Amino acid sequence: MLRYSAKQLLNMALTLFAVSFLVFALNELSPGDVTRKILGPYASQSQVDHLTREMGLDRPAIVRYFEYMGRALTGDFGDSIYYRQPVSTLIWDRLGNTLLLAAISFAVIVPLSVLLGVLAGMRERGWFDRAVSVFSSMCASIPEFAMGVFLLGIFVVWLGVLPGTSPLRADSGWAIWMQFVLPVLVVTFYDAGYLIAMVRSSMVEVMRQPYIRTALLKGNSFRNVVAKHALRNALITPFTVILLQLNYLVSGLVVVETLFAYPGFGRLMLEAALAKDIAVLEAGTLIAVSVTMLTQLFGDLGYMALDPRIRV
Amino acid sequence: MAEILAFEHVSIAYDGRAGRQIILNDVSFSIGAGEALGLVGESGCGKSTVALATMRYLPRGMSVIEGHIRVEGRDTAGLSDQELSRIRGNRIAMVYQDPMSSLNPVMPIGKQLMEVPLLHGETDEKAAFSRAVQMLEEVRLPAAEAMMERYPHQLSGGQQQRVVIAMALMAEPALLIMDEPTTGLDVTIEAAILELVRDLRAKFGTAILFISHNLGTVARICDRIGVLYAGRMVETGQIGTVFRGPAHPYTRGLLGALPRLSGGGRRGKLRPIEGTIGAGDRSRIGCAFVPRCSFAVRHECEERPIAMVDLGGDHLARCARLDAIRASVKDEHDTVATAAGSNAPIVLRVRKLSKEYKLSSFFGGEKKGVVRAVTDVDLDARAGETLAIVGESGCGKSTLARIVSGLLAGTSGEVKLGETDLTKLKVDDRPPEIRRQIQMVFQNPDSTLNPSHSIAYALSRPLRMLRNLASGDAKAEVSSLLAQVRLPAEMAERMPHQLSGGQRQRVAIARALAGNPELVVADEPVSALDVSVQAAILNLLGELLEQSQLGLVLISHDLALVRHMADWVAVMYLGRVVEYGPVEQVFSPPFHPYTEALLRAAPTPDPDAAPPSAALEGMMPSPTEIIVGCAFASRCPSRIAGLCDTTPPPVRQFGDHRIACHLDLGGQVPVAPGGLTEMRSSTS
Repeated sequence: MLRYSAKQLLNMALTLFAVSFLVFALNELSPGDVTRKILGPYASQSQVDHLTREMGLDRPAIVRYFEYMGRALTGDFGDSIYYRQPVSTLIWDRLGNTLLLAAISFAVIVPLSVLLGVLAGMRERGWFDRAVSVFSSMCASIPEFAMGVFLLGIFVVWLGVLPGTSPLRADSGWAIWMQFVLPVLVVTFYDAGYLIAMVRSSMVEVMRQPYIRTALLKGNSFRNVVAKHALRNALITPFTVILLQLNYLVSGLVVVETLFAYPGFGRLMLEAALAKDIAVLEAGTLIAVSVTMLTQLFGDLGYMALDPRIRV
Repeated sequence: MAEILAFEHVSIAYDGRAGRQIILNDVSFSIGAGEALGLVGESGCGKSTVALATMRYLPRGMSVIEGHIRVEGRDTAGLSDQELSRIRGNRIAMVYQDPMSSLNPVMPIGKQLMEVPLLHGETDEKAAFSRAVQMLEEVRLPAAEAMMERYPHQLSGGQQQRVVIAMALMAEPALLIMDEPTTGLDVTIEAAILELVRDLRAKFGTAILFISHNLGTVARICDRIGVLYAGRMVETGQIGTVFRGPAHPYTRGLLGALPRLSGGGRRGKLRPIEGTIGAGDRSRIGCAFVPRCSFAVRHECEERPIAMVDLGGDHLARCARLDAIRASVKDEHDTVATAAGSNAPIVLRVRKLSKEYKLSSFFGGEKKGVVRAVTDVDLDARAGETLAIVGESGCGKSTLARIVSGLLAGTSGEVKLGETDLTKLKVDDRPPEIRRQIQMVFQNPDSTLNPSHSIAYALSRPLRMLRNLASGDAKAEVSSLLAQVRLPAEMAERMPHQLSGGQRQRVAIARALAGNPELVVADEPVSALDVSVQAAILNLLGELLEQSQLGLVLISHDLALVRHMADWVAVMYLGRVVEYGPVEQVFSPPFHPYTEALLRAAPTPDPDAAPPSAALEGMMPSPTEIIVGCAFASRCPSRIAGLCDTTPPPVRQFGDHRIACHLDLGGQVPVAPGGLTEMRSSTS
C-alpha cells in the first residue's frame, strides 16, 4: 500500500512536470505579445522592447521555463497582468472560497446520493425506487443555469428570504451562511441527480447477485442483508465516480460562481482565459491537474479498501 | 420415518404481462429424515422452482396457486417473515451452483460462516468462531483457522464450494438443498465434492434434495429420484429401479441420450429427445410430453389428465401408454461401434509445441516468471476422425486450441496444416486459404452469434469472405448449410434470440462448415446444452465426420462424451500430454495414473457402479512452477519418491498407445526420450 502510494506520488510529480511544460509551451506559442498586451496598442516599439528586456522575455523559452518552475515551487507564480497583483495572493484566496463551497456541497451530495440510491435500489421497481428515479433524472437533466435562475426566482424574487448574490462579504446585508444556501442547492440538485442514479443502478445490480440470495436464505432479515451484505458491495462501483465529483466541484463550478457572483476559482479561470492572463492560467491549470490526480490516488486507495479483490 | 419436506399437489404460476403461466403443475413428493431425493430434468422443467419454493423464495410474480409445502410438518405459506428467517439457514440450508458468486466477495469466509450460528441463537462470538473452524475441518479444508481470514476470490472453485457446504451445514439443518452443486467444476473436484457430501450425509443424517441435470451425479448421491418434465413430476422411484427400468418415455429418453463411458464409442447413434419444451406444454390437459413422444396416442394421452400409475416397489410413472411401451421394449442404448480407420491421412501435425508467457510487472518491467501454458505437445489430427483433448481446467487444452486456430501464436515447436507451418501465424497473418481450412466452434453459442444479425447474415458472411461467393450464390448455399445441420431453410431469416440453444449451436456448426474446412476445432461444443439436445448435436457431428473428410479436434472435460466421439485421445496435464492413443486403448488399462483418476472421477448414471475410492487430492501446480520430474508427481497416488519428482518420465509405448510415466506399466520404453507421437512415426 505504502509502496503503491509512493509510486503514484512519483507518477503524479512526473505528470505535473509534463503538464506544466505543455501549458508553458502552449502559452509561448499563443498569438499576441505579453508586453504589447500590458502596454496597450499605443506604446512605442522601443517601450515594448524595453519592457521585454526588463521582464527577461528575450531569453530562450527553456531557460524561462525552469526559472518559472523554480519560482513556482516556492509558491511564486508571477504576476497577473489583468488583476495587477501576484498570482499567488489572488489564486489561493479564490481557491479557498471554491474549496469551501465544494466541501459543503460534497458533504451534502454524498450522504444524500448514497442514502437515496441505496433505498431506491434495494427494492427495484418499488414505489420509492420509481419516485427517486424520476427525481434524480429530473435533477440531472436541468442545467445549472436554469436551476439557478429558477431557484433565484423562488427564494429571492418571490419569497425574498435569500440573497441573490454571494460575494462572501459581510457588508452585503446578508449573513455569510445565507449566501451559501443557493449556490450549494444548485450544485447539489445538479450533481446529486447523477450520483443517485449511479448508486441506485449499482445497488440494483448487487441485489440481483446470488450472494444476496445466499445471505437471505441463511436466515438474515432483509434489513440485515442490505446493511451487512449489499451496502459495501454497492458502493464499490460508484466510489470512484463520487471522488471524481471533487474535480467538477473544484474547477467546474464556473456557471454557479458566475450566476451568484461568487468569488471562486472557476470564475477566476474564466476571466483569466478571456483576458489571456497567462500567469493565472498556468497556475490554475497546475492546481486543477493536482486536484484531479490527488482524487485519483484517493480513489484508488479507497477502492482497494472497499474491495479485497483489488490489491497492488 | 419423519417427513422433513412434503410437496402436496403444489402448483406454481407466474403472472406476467402475457397473463398466467403455469410453472409447476400438481407436484407431489416427500423427503423423509436422512433421505436423499434427486430431482432431474432439462432446463426449464421447474427444478430450481421447487428449490426456491421450498425456501419460500420465489421470484417476483411467481406464487403458489394450489397445494401445500410443508417443512417438518408446518405449512410454509402461513409463516411470518420472522418465522421464515428462523427456518432458513437453520432447518433448511442451500448449496448453489457457481460457489464464487454465492459468497459475498468483500466479506472474509469466517465472518460469512459465523453469521449462521449468530443468526440462529448463538450469542457468543467465540463459540461461533470455533464452530466455523470445526465445520471447515469437517469439509476437509486445510489450515481451517487461516482459511477464516481469506476472501472468496482467494480460494479455488472446489474450495469455495466446500465453504458453501460448510456454511449450509453450520446449523446442522434437517434438509440440505443442493442446486447443481458441481456444475462448472472439474470432474476430479466434482468427484471429491460428491464424496464429501456422501460422507457428511452419513455423519449428520441430513436429508438432501439434490437438483441436477447430470444423471451420473444424482446416481452417486441419492436414494430416490424424481423426474420433472414441463413442471410435472413424470416419474419417481428408487434410483436403481428407475435407472434399470425407466418407465416414462421422457426418463427413457434422458437415459438413452447420454453418451457413456461403457459405451462402444466411435460415434454410434445416440437417441436424442427431439424438440424442446414448448410454451404451451406446461398447461396441457393431458401429458405434457406428447409433442416429443413417439408413443403418444391422441385420445389416450391428450384429452384427459394422466394420473400417476403405481408400478409397485415405490415406483410411479405418469404415462397412459406404459403397457404399449413395455411391449415394444428393446435395448435402447445400442450404440454400435464402427471399425476404426486410424490410417486416415494426417490433417494437422503438432510437434514439440510450447507456449510461454513472460510475466512482467507494469512498472519497470522486471520479469516475475514464466507461465508455461503448453509444453512439448505432440499430436496428430486425422481426416474424418476426432482427436479429443481432455484434462482439468488449466491443463492447456484451450490454449492449444487457440494456437491451432490462430488466436494465439505458439512460442516454439511446429503446428502444420498440410505443408504450412502455422505456429507463429496468428489468424490475421494467415493466408485466406488457411483461414478457410481451420474453423472453430465455441462453447457458448449465445455469445458467439451477433444478436443483431440474422442467421442468413451470420452464414453468408464466411461464404463471401472465405469462398468469395457472390451474394446470390451465398444465399443458395445458406439453405444447403442449414440443411446440412438439419435446420429448416426458414431459419435463415430468424435472429439468434429466436432460436433455442441447440439450434444456435447448429448454426455455429454451420458457420464453421461454411468455408469447407479441413479441420474444425470444437471447444466444449455441447457442455452448455441439455442432455437431450447434446445427443442430437453429437449425432450431427458424427454424421458430418462420416460424410466429409473433416478432421475434428474436440476439447472436452466430459470423458463419456470423449469415449463416444473420439478416435484418438490426448490426456493433458499442466500443459503436457501425459497419455495419447486410440480411444479404446486410452480408456482401458494400462493407464497413466492421471487418466485413471479422471476415469474414476467421472460420474456414471449406473446405480450399481461402486462409489469411487479416494478422489484425487490436491491441485494442479501453478504453470509458473519449474517442473523437474513428472508434472503429475505432486498429486500422483503411486508416485515413486526420489524418482518421479526428479526425473522426467520415460515414454512407454504399447503399439499406437503412449504413456509418459515412471511406473512399469509394461510396454516398450524408447531409447531416446521423445515426444509421444514422434516415436510412433519412428517405429512404424
